[in-house]
Amino acid sequence: MDKMLIVSANPHIRSKASVTKIMHMVNLSLIPALFMSYYYFGFKAIFLTLVSVVTAVVTEAGIQKFRKVAVTVSDGSAILTGILLAFNVPPYIPWWIVMLGSFFAIAIAKQAFGGLGFNIFNPALVGRAFMLASWPVEMTSNKFWASPVASFGAKTGPTMDAISSATPLNLVKTALKADPTQETVKIISDAGVSYWDLFVGNVSGCIGETSFLALLIGVIFLMILGYVNWRVPVFYIGSVYLFTWAMGYDPTFHILAGGLALGAFYMATDMVTSPISNKGNIIFAIGLAFFTVAIRIWGGYPEGVSYSILLMNTVVPLINKFTVPKKFGYVKPVKS
Amino acid sequence: MKYTFKGGYHPPDGKEFSEKKSIEKMPLPKIVAIHLHQHIGAPSKAIVAIGDEVKVGQPLSEAGGFVSIPVHASISGKVKAIAKITDAGGSKSNAVIIESDEKDEMFEGVGVKVDYSNFSADEIKKKIAAAGVAGMGGARFPTHVKLSPPANKKIDYIILNGVECEPYLTADDRLMQESPDTIIEGLKLMMKTVDAPNGIIGIEKNKPDSIKVMRDKTSAIDNVSVIELEVKYPQGGEKQLIYAAIKKEVPSGGLPMDVGVVVSNVGTASAVYDAVALNKPFYERVVSVTGESINDPKNVLARIGTPSSELIEFAGGVKEDVYKILNGGPMMGAAMYEMNAPVHKGTSGILCLSKENAKVYTEQPCISCGKCVTVCPLNLLPTDIQLNVQHGKYEEAEKLGLMDCMKCGTCAYVCPSKRNLVHYFSIGQAKINEMKRDAK
Repeated sequence: MDKMLIVSANPHIRSKASVTKIMHMVNLSLIPALFMSYYYFGFKAIFLTLVSVVTAVVTEAGIQKFRKVAVTVSDGSAILTGILLAFNVPPYIPWWIVMLGSFFAIAIAKQAFGGLGFNIFNPALVGRAFMLASWPVEMTSNKFWASPVASFGAKTGPTMDAISSATPLNLVKTALKADPTQETVKIISDAGVSYWDLFVGNVSGCIGETSFLALLIGVIFLMILGYVNWRVPVFYIGSVYLFTWAMGYDPTFHILAGGLALGAFYMATDMVTSPISNKGNIIFAIGLAFFTVAIRIWGGYPEGVSYSILLMNTVVPLINKFTVPKKFGYVKPVKS
Repeated sequence: MKYTFKGGYHPPDGKEFSEKKSIEKMPLPKIVAIHLHQHIGAPSKAIVAIGDEVKVGQPLSEAGGFVSIPVHASISGKVKAIAKITDAGGSKSNAVIIESDEKDEMFEGVGVKVDYSNFSADEIKKKIAAAGVAGMGGARFPTHVKLSPPANKKIDYIILNGVECEPYLTADDRLMQESPDTIIEGLKLMMKTVDAPNGIIGIEKNKPDSIKVMRDKTSAIDNVSVIELEVKYPQGGEKQLIYAAIKKEVPSGGLPMDVGVVVSNVGTASAVYDAVALNKPFYERVVSVTGESINDPKNVLARIGTPSSELIEFAGGVKEDVYKILNGGPMMGAAMYEMNAPVHKGTSGILCLSKENAKVYTEQPCISCGKCVTVCPLNLLPTDIQLNVQHGKYEEAEKLGLMDCMKCGTCAYVCPSKRNLVHYFSIGQAKINEMKRDAK
């Protein structure tokens, strides 16, 4: 027999799982949320997402070429960063800010650390933090937020000035500051927003964050595939509910409003920047909830999800260190 | 109650190729190469010389210490050479090469029925040692040593391992169906040697025929039970099997006897019976010759030392798409360099895999998905250990349990980044052992 045989270490068979498959499945699971953002904010949402994705992919490919390493944009991770970054901006932000944010996310938060698997922070959130620090007006001012119903009703997209409206979180925070005795439900219903609107996404907010429902469909799909550890979203959202309830705020409002769903389902569960063990993930999730609530209630910003995730990303190595699972066979030997 | 362990994974098991094939006797090989060192422990020492006429079952060597066993001629003929031959694992060591006289003559007393009912524990152990019986599941630890616990270790259970969780392999499955009596007699002999009050036979649920046969045959024996184990790799790992059966953890670095157990493969039990009752040394075993890239998958009874290529030919030869040929199963078996490597005492299968199935992947960076942590049957952090080894931090890796790792490969199987975790664990363990030797 003249055929060469292959010799390598065991195991000789491998599962069909791959990083590429995981990333593309995550991208796929974001389609309901993308659809809802189109439904409520019009074509602008799709356009900004495209700008962000194309920038992310081109940046990644360019830097990998420059670093003389294999170009791995087909693994889908840059696309994911692009989508998530776009989902974190207001609908009427100038497109070039998104482009710079996406470039920063990939170039600095991901490739500068060594690429996929080596980044400490969630790249999309670093991109968001960069945009927030550099263009605070465009990222937060009311005139860049869009009122969703008007937007869809106009089909072609309304003019910016006509429909700008504050996000529910901002609205409630401002109102409560003026008069802490008000009920949250009343504040939002006066502005024409119900819990149902918050759940389906019929409120002003970042492109991809408003629809709890669409994000929930996506994350359930991922949980069924086993790509998302259910502990992070469940403990994160559960703890936010508990903390806000204990402090006398409206817990239902706090879990439905803002970027909590997007953060808990897609950003905090990022495999690379979350702890390895189940126990570690639970600690991580409770920490996230603590910072989120702290920023929302006491902080200067109405929203705290992205900063709390970035903050908790920094302690992931520490959490991993302290949550090493008990090894098999490390029990006291039975004395006879 | 579910009999299983924490972690693990069930890969597609590929048993369909050979599970319905009865054990066939191989035609006698023209030539065999019998390695002097085919067990864990000290190598045995040759007692034959070139030119000697030997008969089947004749000892070719003597044990090189307590943890050592002799090897025996598997065919009758002439000793042609004692030379360094590449074994299935790819390393070279001394082997006795016998050319057949095609008479297949038995050595004096071999195969003659013995009345063993009055044998003492020591006599049984001596017989087992003299017959060269070693664990047939793959690790090849001398069986008489397992059956000689220190006086302070009371053995409560002998657990027979009929799990065969390695995909593809069906040798134990067939043996349990075709030769249940010798297995059960072997179990009784082992229980007698260590004065164990209980016997357990553990079989994975995906072998209903074997479970039925063993249940029927043991129904009249009070202290022997058959347990059905969940189908999950590595259910047949010694520590996993013990945990599944009696819910005790073998301490790290310890042995099954530390929790009052001796585990033995079903094939080994049968070999124990042969050694004691038939005075038949360990010179042949059942081997599954299977895989998608072999024409006619079979379970064969092969003589030790038969070149693997003859088993492959007997099973119809390889298909065009053959990519890897393994000694053992796909999870823990060794990829062979050449097809002539001889069958040894631990060869449970010769596996021919296609490129599609046994593809060698390019490693991608770890994305910390934690899949390896979820499946590790020893509850280790495979990714952390691997990265530490890769960067030369061996002590750190050892602290994380590198030396506990049994290299079952479950982590590498599920890894989406296709990282060669076991490759690094082997390097790491070798390095630690080297450092410990140097420190002495």
